[in-house]
Amino acid sequence: MNRRLMEWLACSASVVVLGACGGGDSSESDSVVLHRGNMAEPFSLDPHKASGTWENDIIGDMFIGLFTEDAEGEPVPGMAESWEVSDDGLIWTFRLREASWSDGEPVTAHDFEYALRRILDPATLANYASLLYPIKNAEAVNKGDLTPEELGVRAVDDLTLEIELEFPAPYLPGLLAHYTTFPVPMHVVEQYGDAWVQPAYIETNGAYKLVRWRANDYVHLTRNESFYANEDVCIDDVFFYPTVDVQAAERRVRNGELDVITDVAGQNLEFLREQVPEYVRVHAYLGTRYLAYNTQIAPLDDERVRQALSMAIDTHFIAEEILRDGSMPACSFVPPGVADYPGGASVPWCDVPIEARRDEARRLLEEAGFGPQNPLELEYTFRATGDNPRIAPVLQRDWAEIADWVDISIAQIETQIHYSNLRAGDYEIGDGAWIGDYNDAYNFLFLGESTSVPMNYSRWSNDEYDALIRQANRELDSSERAELLSEAESILLEEAPYAPVTFYVNKALVNPRVTGWEDNVVHIHRTRYLCFSDVEQSNAAGE
Amino acid sequence: MLGFTLRRILISVPTILVIITLAFFMMRVAPGGPFDLERPMSEEIRQNILAAYGMDQPVWKQYLDYLGGLARFDLGPSLKFRDKSVASLIAEGFPISATVGLLAISLALVVGTILGSAAALRQNGATDYAVMGIATVGIVIPPFVMGPILALVFGLYFGLLPSGGLDPLRGMTPDRLVLPVVTLALPQIAIITRLMRASMIEVIRSNYIRTARAKGLSARAVLSRHAFKSAILPIVSYLGPAAAALLTGSIVIEQVFQLPGIGRQFVQAALQRDYTVVMGVVILYASLIVILNLVADLLYASLNPKVKYD
Repeated sequence: MNRRLMEWLACSASVVVLGACGGGDSSESDSVVLHRGNMAEPFSLDPHKASGTWENDIIGDMFIGLFTEDAEGEPVPGMAESWEVSDDGLIWTFRLREASWSDGEPVTAHDFEYALRRILDPATLANYASLLYPIKNAEAVNKGDLTPEELGVRAVDDLTLEIELEFPAPYLPGLLAHYTTFPVPMHVVEQYGDAWVQPAYIETNGAYKLVRWRANDYVHLTRNESFYANEDVCIDDVFFYPTVDVQAAERRVRNGELDVITDVAGQNLEFLREQVPEYVRVHAYLGTRYLAYNTQIAPLDDERVRQALSMAIDTHFIAEEILRDGSMPACSFVPPGVADYPGGASVPWCDVPIEARRDEARRLLEEAGFGPQNPLELEYTFRATGDNPRIAPVLQRDWAEIADWVDISIAQIETQIHYSNLRAGDYEIGDGAWIGDYNDAYNFLFLGESTSVPMNYSRWSNDEYDALIRQANRELDSSERAELLSEAESILLEEAPYAPVTFYVNKALVNPRVTGWEDNVVHIHRTRYLCFSDVEQSNAAGE
Repeated sequence: MLGFTLRRILISVPTILVIITLAFFMMRVAPGGPFDLERPMSEEIRQNILAAYGMDQPVWKQYLDYLGGLARFDLGPSLKFRDKSVASLIAEGFPISATVGLLAISLALVVGTILGSAAALRQNGATDYAVMGIATVGIVIPPFVMGPILALVFGLYFGLLPSGGLDPLRGMTPDRLVLPVVTLALPQIAIITRLMRASMIEVIRSNYIRTARAKGLSARAVLSRHAFKSAILPIVSYLGPAAAALLTGSIVIEQVFQLPGIGRQFVQAALQRDYTVVMGVVILYASLIVILNLVADLLYASLNPKVKYD
């Protein structure tokens, strides 16, 4: 009786609130629908105001930049049909394909010019605009020293766009696939201002357009018939759900309520591999877990102390015994698999056995003046999220193994407070992580530049390092450039303002029904490439 | 009665004002701010953003501005959701929280009073012990444990019900509400059952019940017409605290079952230091608790002839 009563009550309530009780919307029933668990609630769907990977997953389904990602996450031409680069590598001229917004208006070079000026205009309050500083005058415009019209971006005609750079950036195609460079429909933004991104007004040029966005519930996108490759798209409707509670999300995937989730709790991985092995997808990710030392305070201003602490960390143990999710122990700051970067830079103690490293660490600390009479006392602070609380005690033990006069206390701290402290230089040793925005080594190494403070949490500054990075940014030849960057990385690793700990893996659960899902290093999986094995994909045979 | 109601409403205004003030300054004292992101932004952009939200002003000025906004019924923009205002976020979330909360309290009232009466009428019998045993379990197991267990059992193992979220097209369908409502109601069922049992045992031993029996009324009539009406009084006065417990309970339930109500928004906003959303939800919660307590008091007066307000 309990259940029947409940259902009756629930039913009458939903009639009152939503006018719905049984009997769905029949027009939707024959469409192909994908349900994606999407980590967190998007803060904005305006490509100029977003800053999270979970926002990128939605925005990149709606908009297409000059470049876009293929199913493997590699940059491929999107709105750009062809392009030329000037001999000095500074001027890129793009020829756009003929395409239209979802309302039928043509997408022109003016939309791109307008979008780039808008995101760099300080009045837009775009918190991610600094990614575009390689564009000529971008930084000055963003700081309000120049007007947006002086930005080095020009629509030559309706289908020709010219971008002038501050320095040759061979990684530009990757950057131009990033949402900060997406075009926005000028005619809509001009008319509605910041409200242009509301479902009632928004027009898109990508595979999908926005139908509905209920905060903390879902974002619903539907097929954009005007999309230039619409015939190749299989999924008609896609729902993105914020799945903050990862464990609850896992249940929903196993129960068939969600088709995909793009994050899994590390400690559940082994269990999931047993229960639903065909769902689990793990792949190397473009990200590094590191520790930052505050180099502005004693004794961490002494590079011997930093080196000693770094070399004492048993990164193999952390990767293989604690994380157990496929994470690799890190000997460098730039993860493997970064485009055009053979790497080779590594911490000097990478291959030394852990016991010998501990002895060396003790020697270095003694040399720096520490010992039983003068113990080394520091605090390690870390975010209360993910695997960090499981790693901290291991680090503490590793450091205690150096000598009994090394006493590092550990303190868990809320994420927002942690970042506020890191930014303010109000910490001693802090945990940190960097996930690449685009696939290039500079996107990692800029964290060591003295000009990057406060993003450079360590506040480390080295003239030689800065000079090498500057030189690399002016280098046209990609292998020369890689060499300069690698040389710089060696300095960074030697002086140890950061201690790389592990390289991330991305972890997803994908229902085996879903086809077209390619594990990749940037962890970007556009819905337009996905389909279901039981859906007849007659019109996508050409793919 | 009317005078009493008006007085109570007037008294609640300063109460809510104190709550607003406390919440406002507690949020600001908490370290970290809404713009301390995992993805750092450059200092200039940060300053621009702070200025745009008036957060470059001294805190007392921000407080006065906020009160000024409230006087105009403006809860301000969300600091994190750049495309949405606080009012629109609450408008989206509140119907869901309210539905789950109302259903849970209704369920708790119906089941709790029935079970409690049954236990009382068979005091120290098998039914009594069974009901009290279940009630104790209901109090002991907190919703954040019960929720995932129910979701696992009914969602995953038996596949009877969805394990979380709302139906994307139809919203709050009955099947999606069963588990959250039951989980939220269980501790209240347990408490109400115990209250009802104790109160019923007391009532059925009182003289007027003996009189009613003596004059030949059927057991059913004695119970429904005489005993029940007095026995329910402690439950009515418990409604105020129960409403508060349901509000706080919904914060957990909405996380566990991934329901997009204001409880979930509240937790997210507090963690992310979205000051304006936290304030908006605090004001709503405070007003609700004041109103629900008032309703419980009025109901009590109308049921209990001994109590007269004014």
